[in-house]
Amino acid sequence: MEVDGLCSLALREFGCEQNLLSRPDGSASFVQGDSSVLAGVYGPAEVKISKEIYDRATMEVVIQPKVGLPGVRERAREQCVRETCEAALLSSLHPRSSLSLVLQVVHDDGSLLSCCLNAACMALMDAGLPMGCLFCGVTCAIDPEGRLITDPTARQEQNSRAVMTFAIDSAQHRVMMSSTKGSFSLDELQQCIAVSQRASEKIFHFYRESVRRRYSKTL
Amino acid sequence: MADCLKDKVGSVLLPGDIFSFESKEEKVICGPGLRRNGDEILVCKSGILRHKQPNMYWIDSQQKRYVPAKGESVIGIVTVKSGDVFKVDVGGSELASLSYLAFEGATKRNRPNVQVGDLVYAQFLIANKDMEPELVCMDSCGRANGMGVFGTGGLLFRVSLGLVRRLLAPQSELVKELDRAFPFEMVVGLNGRVWVKAQSTQHMLILASLLETCENMTAPQRQALFRKVAHSAP
Repeated sequence: MEVDGLCSLALREFGCEQNLLSRPDGSASFVQGDSSVLAGVYGPAEVKISKEIYDRATMEVVIQPKVGLPGVRERAREQCVRETCEAALLSSLHPRSSLSLVLQVVHDDGSLLSCCLNAACMALMDAGLPMGCLFCGVTCAIDPEGRLITDPTARQEQNSRAVMTFAIDSAQHRVMMSSTKGSFSLDELQQCIAVSQRASEKIFHFYRESVRRRYSKTL
Repeated sequence: MADCLKDKVGSVLLPGDIFSFESKEEKVICGPGLRRNGDEILVCKSGILRHKQPNMYWIDSQQKRYVPAKGESVIGIVTVKSGDVFKVDVGGSELASLSYLAFEGATKRNRPNVQVGDLVYAQFLIANKDMEPELVCMDSCGRANGMGVFGTGGLLFRVSLGLVRRLLAPQSELVKELDRAFPFEMVVGLNGRVWVKAQSTQHMLILASLLETCENMTAPQRQALFRKVAHSAP
């Protein structure tokens, strides 16, 4: 799909640090503008008998909000992240074990779900879990005038007509998960997907640079 | 195929990177982090691609969680004594079993003296994803060959699996440099556990913190640090 030049493919500054916590098996923090999420992965570890799956690992995702107790909104996000992770991980290589991912929201300034997805991917990679492909999250917002904003801030999200988050895989740049809010036309959806796919290339490039920098001392 | 893999040796690869075969003639042995998928080789861990002649390739990654593999020597903690097997914690996803007959010179009459909480240095006899891992404390000839229960004293700590592999590499620079600082005994398990014994507790603690800090250092930084420690060590 052709993307017109009007919509801006500007992502906010992003940053990432891997292996910053000592206790989890894998950890990462991901910062997108002022949104920041800290992720920790434990696993493959022992699993409760009631949750054991005989041919693959049990994936568990917990999102901790910045303040207060997790509620329905966090549960919905957890499910989005869990299903994306399950699709990317080769969980049949660790049957009868548990993988748990804890995401702590450090600051929410819009595009939180995509920030969670990116932090999750970096943490899973840091833990050395077998993955078939990488994934990243991109959030797009459509403002009342119909303009497209990628990686919106909280204020832009509030003023917009629709907000969509896509998880894109690194192998074929296809949509793995989508979460949408608000009303939009089919054409706008297609356009958002195309923009997200283009933006995902930038993020995957950043992933590669970030991992390369991490291993630079042991090359 | 081998050429495109060979070009990438020593560079950082990410999960999802794919190398495809051009001719079916070539043989490639995939180590950890690489998976054969039909005509393609899929990278499933992030890390540095390594190569060994003639056609072995694997990904050298820095992870913390251990996944048992057959033939690897590990340091385990005996957690349960049940009948004729011990359950040993090796840091994997489930406890490994260790038969009381799997020690040198052990018979039904002559049981080895193993208590709950003891450390054992053992080798994996069975380790695959679908079965309970099984350890033995002797080699195929029935000799202990350095394996068995640890004596008293010493200090156990955890380091990353990447550092363990660097310590165990033949002619490891890291071990040579540590050796120059002060005398000590060291047992390294591939599951990331390291046991050290030196003349005083202080020395053991210094060793533990040195190993933890030197993981993310370049060679010159590390040498400078070790030299400083060797001078100031009591």
